[in-house]
Amino acid sequence: MRFRARITSRSVLELFIQVSGTVTKLAKVCVLRVCPDRLCFCSTGLPGEARLWGEAKRGVFHHFCMEGVSEEFNEIYLELMSEHLARAIKNAGYASSLKLQLTNKLRPCLTVVVELASCPGHTRAMVHDLPVKVLPRRWWKECTEPRVWASDVSVYLPSLKTLKNMVERMANVGDRVLVEANLNGKMNLSVETNVVTIKSYFKNLGNPPKAVMDTTQGEDPENMVQVRVDNRKLLLFFEGQQINPTVALCNILSNTLLHLVLVHDGISLQYFIPAS
Amino acid sequence: MKCLITGGNVKVLGKAVHSLSRIGDELYLEPLKDGLSLRTVNSSRSAYACFLFAPLFFQQYQAASPGQDLLRCKILMKSFLSVFRSLAMVEKTVEKCCISLSGSNSHLVVQLHCKYGVKKTHNLSFQDCESLQAVFNPALCPHLLRAPARVLAEAVLSFPPALTEVTLGIGHGQRVILRSYHEEEADNANKAMVTETSIGEEDFQQLHAPEGIAVTFCLKEFRGLLSFAESANLSLTVHFDVPGRPVIFTIEDSLLDGHFVLATLLEQDPCSQDLCSPKPCQPVPQKEAHSTPHLDDFTNDDIDCYMIAMETTVGSEGSRAQPSTSLPHISQPSHDLAPSSEEEEEAEPSTVPGTPPPKKFRSLFFGSILAPVHSPQGPSPVLAEDSDGEG
Repeated sequence: MRFRARITSRSVLELFIQVSGTVTKLAKVCVLRVCPDRLCFCSTGLPGEARLWGEAKRGVFHHFCMEGVSEEFNEIYLELMSEHLARAIKNAGYASSLKLQLTNKLRPCLTVVVELASCPGHTRAMVHDLPVKVLPRRWWKECTEPRVWASDVSVYLPSLKTLKNMVERMANVGDRVLVEANLNGKMNLSVETNVVTIKSYFKNLGNPPKAVMDTTQGEDPENMVQVRVDNRKLLLFFEGQQINPTVALCNILSNTLLHLVLVHDGISLQYFIPAS
Repeated sequence: MKCLITGGNVKVLGKAVHSLSRIGDELYLEPLKDGLSLRTVNSSRSAYACFLFAPLFFQQYQAASPGQDLLRCKILMKSFLSVFRSLAMVEKTVEKCCISLSGSNSHLVVQLHCKYGVKKTHNLSFQDCESLQAVFNPALCPHLLRAPARVLAEAVLSFPPALTEVTLGIGHGQRVILRSYHEEEADNANKAMVTETSIGEEDFQQLHAPEGIAVTFCLKEFRGLLSFAESANLSLTVHFDVPGRPVIFTIEDSLLDGHFVLATLLEQDPCSQDLCSPKPCQPVPQKEAHSTPHLDDFTNDDIDCYMIAMETTVGSEGSRAQPSTSLPHISQPSHDLAPSSEEEEEAEPSTVPGTPPPKKFRSLFFGSILAPVHSPQGPSPVLAEDSDGEG
């Protein structure tokens, strides 16, 4: 079993730091799934809870090589503390390179090497050995890519910064936020209590092409599909999102699930919040 | 005794008190001919710190009134620190600071002259005592290294705030290595993340130490001096010897100097001594179908041999009785892994609890025993050093 990867691109590094920071907020323990063509982050949790799925395609890495458990099952599943990973790469923003390697130093470790070239000729390296647990195959089914049900509506998200501000303010008022959207590029966020209702209206957001094709004929595109989710879970997702992703959209399964998707340059992050 | 400090030096004094507070609970104040000395020692006598402020540091400095004995006293660190609690406020509002003895010699008076005519007077009670002297001599230490404090501060940045001990040593190619240290017996040693920073010798102003030497000391106490040195933009010199002998950190400039002496662990287990990380080595073997064939400097620590044992046991899926809980929570004990696997029953973050330095530290360097010889309130038994201030 072998896994060696290296990131040298600054933007990819920043994204990586962001993803690991988000993972830390969402799950104490996460599973790194090393596949031949990509690296996945997966949060494990109870069935009713929010779930995270992150992916970094192999092309994002300057160097990527892996050898799975066996020829037939060519993958590696590693369980580790999200906080360890976040801490290891937190200060790597100005690193010249980030290396990940699965090693065996008295016990299985994911070794993260952050190389900083502070000034020409001076190199400083930080090596972190993160204790990992190599998961046996019978646990692999816990960390499969979440099934994306055909959603009832799919819409592009407005600026994440704006969304974050809105949700933060709404969190002061109530526990749950109602998210609704329709096929005409409109999205509303609202929070309601006995004394006050606050509602934000976003329009002209646009819908991803696939969403439009999926609708059954005769359905009114103005129809709002809604789901009510826990404020704090939604807020966790927006925390630490510094970069504007290339693609940010959400899928709503009526009264069941809110599915947020961010994509940037070969790295994607998906967040599934069940209705509450 | 009278000391008058003005301007930015008040904040410097405040910062010094903050770093001393990381070490001990009592501050030993002694105005000497050479300057004002502030010292402290920790309860287990494994750490000692001393700052000496030269007379030039003060606008006015008088060690003792004529005919009076030199003052030698100790004050509760908490009380003295409370005067300089908020450094930001000190910087913004305090114009002058005056330290003197009250008329009846019963209190130490610290008076802060602030903006807008505000005067804050603190009357601190103290105890007369013997001078706190630690027996150490940096010149006797065979090894030393010297670098701007900033370099070392950046290196410890990645260590978790709760980490108690750190190992400093010299590795391959004269690189200085700082590694987080965890006691092997501790439960969380296997679950703790190990962090190691290596700094090239070009970042050091001086480096006289052989490869392979390593000493382990308390990080929390070291951080105190590091933050002071970094804010004052000074260089830090580290004098050390074999494990077991104390490590001496010094900073100096024209107006002050500081010494922090920390005990080091006596026994070093073999793996922490091995600070020489494996050299960059062979190219990636070409047998993987997906590898990019170029030379990479990954270590050769791959997990291959560990997994050979695992592959032979992973064949039977579902034939083992699962633990009875219905939650598919991943981190259940998995005893079918290779024999060397460790038990892991929970997935809590492995923060190192803030334990006091382990008893293996030895207090090697104290020459005198402290006793309240003259107590203003009358004689008290030597052993009953009451830590609650009188009055």
